[in-house]
Order: sequence, then structure tokens, then C-alpha cells
Amino acid sequence: MSDTYISPQMRDIVGLELRRSTSFPITDSDIRRWAIAVYYPEPAPRLFWDAEYAAGTKHGGIVAPEEFNPFAWLTQTEADAGVSARATTGFGPEATLGIEPPATTAIINGGTEVEYGVRMRPGDVITSVTILGEYREREGRLGLMLFSTTEDTWTNQRGETVKTSRGTLIRY
Amino acid sequence: MAVDRNTVTVGTELPPFVRTTDFHNWNRYAAVNDEFVPIHMDDEAGRAQGFPGAFGMGNLMWSYLHNLVRDWMGDDGRLVTMSCSFRAPNNRGMTIEARGTVTAVRDEGGERVVDLDLAVVDHDAPDTVLVPATATVALP
Repeated sequence: MSDTYISPQMRDIVGLELRRSTSFPITDSDIRRWAIAVYYPEPAPRLFWDAEYAAGTKHGGIVAPEEFNPFAWLTQTEADAGVSARATTGFGPEATLGIEPPATTAIINGGTEVEYGVRMRPGDVITSVTILGEYREREGRLGLMLFSTTEDTWTNQRGETVKTSRGTLIRY
Repeated sequence: MAVDRNTVTVGTELPPFVRTTDFHNWNRYAAVNDEFVPIHMDDEAGRAQGFPGAFGMGNLMWSYLHNLVRDWMGDDGRLVTMSCSFRAPNNRGMTIEARGTVTAVRDEGGERVVDLDLAVVDHDAPDTVLVPATATVALP
């Protein structure tokens, strides 16, 4: 058992940008299918698929569910880099930046905190910028546990904030 | 039918959002979120990780919490924040219930702002909290 999982190299990447991705334009089909999947087997609310109904709401048209992910499948950023299908390259911020990951054997999603801004709509192009927030460690019942946080900001093509989120990854 | 903001007080409970979950729900979610992970697709892969079988995506329970809140506040409500942590798996065949209770009500900038204590629980063993969560919403 090591005293710490946090290497000097890991300390050096705190605060760095891990990822910057731009989505393809969101389509009404993307929104409709997402809504059907997350409400299945009950019908999804009309706001997410019925343009006429949605036009009569305060939104003035179809909007996406707040938690909709426009980065699924492929992003414009990946397509521009010649990537046509995603490969799993390892989990965690270290793998993303190409440094040696900590010697942990298990990884779990510790949770998420989100603040929402403007809604996503058909035609929107979303850019996500992710920063490595911090590393923390704590002795838990499974031994030494490493907590890392990432801070993600999404903006639309008008520069409006769609959401800011903070995610925690737990490794041990 | 959206809630009438004038009837909301501390202790008001949201009508629960309930789903019995299996590959029918998870495969649809995998298809929209490109989340094809063996532990969510294959009982053997779940057992290899020490679980009774395959289990559902944390992200789908996150969506269920959003559905719970949206169904209650209606299309004109505004979700301001939501947070959750993942504590226990949504095992295959489990009926899960997203539930919520109002913990604070205040007026801010012409909006009625409401804090919510939320959870996803095992419907048949409601003391088992899979996902504790909180949210703040603004009601029209």
C-alpha cells in the first residue's frame, strides 16, 4: 500500500485543460430519441418531440432535456481529427494527458453537481471545456481512496452557458 | 399537470417516478448515449465485477431524477441546479423509484425558488438509497 497515489506528475496537471470538444449540430431527432429512451416505456413529454405543442410553451419550440448529451457517438472535434469511431484509451484524467496513472485497481463515478443555464435546442452546436479540478485522498473502508474532480463548462454557438458541472471520480 | 407554486410548502412530496429496469431500458439508453459498457449489457460481465448480474447506468438514474423534477414542475419550470452521488447499483429487474421532498421555498427575483431533497431508491426496499440527490428549481 502506497502512502499516496498522487505523483509529482499528477500534481503538475491540476488546473490544466483536459479536453475541448465541439458537438455536431443537435437535431430534433437526437432530442426525440433521447427523450423516448429516458422515459421508456411511458411516452416522453411533448415538449421534446411535438414542434407545434412546443411552440406554444415559454420555450417557443422544442428544447432538449436538461441532461441531454450532444457529445454521444462522435463530435465535430473527433471528425476533424480523422476519428470515425471511438476507442477506449483508458479512464481518468492522466490517460487523457498521457501521464502515468495512479496504481489503483478500481474506479467508480462518485457523483455530479450541475448548474444549468440556457436550454439546448435543435441546431445548437455545443462546446465543452473540461479542466482537472483537484486531487484529494482519504482512508476509506477499502483502503486509501483517490478522489479527482473535473470541471466542465458547456457553451452554445452564441457563447451562452448551457451548464457547468463538477464530476468526482473515485479510485482505490 | 404542473404543480401550482402557491401550494408548495416545506414537506410537499413530488409524485414519484417509477420504472422497472431491464435491458429494455438500458439498451435504449446505451443507444442514445453511446454507452455500451459490458457491465450494463451482459450478466456475466456484471458477475465478474462482483454484482448479481448486469446493472443499469448511473447516467440513466440521473435522467430519472430529471424526469421526476420535470414532471412535477411542468414545461415552464426551470431547473437551476442538481447534484447526486452514486451509492448502490440498479440491479437488473429492480423496480426503482425516484422521489423528492421540498426542503425550502423562497422568492428571488420574481421567481419562486424551491430546494428539493431527492433520491433514487429500491421500490421494494425503500431504505436502500441508490442515488441521494438534491436540486433547486424555479417555479413560474
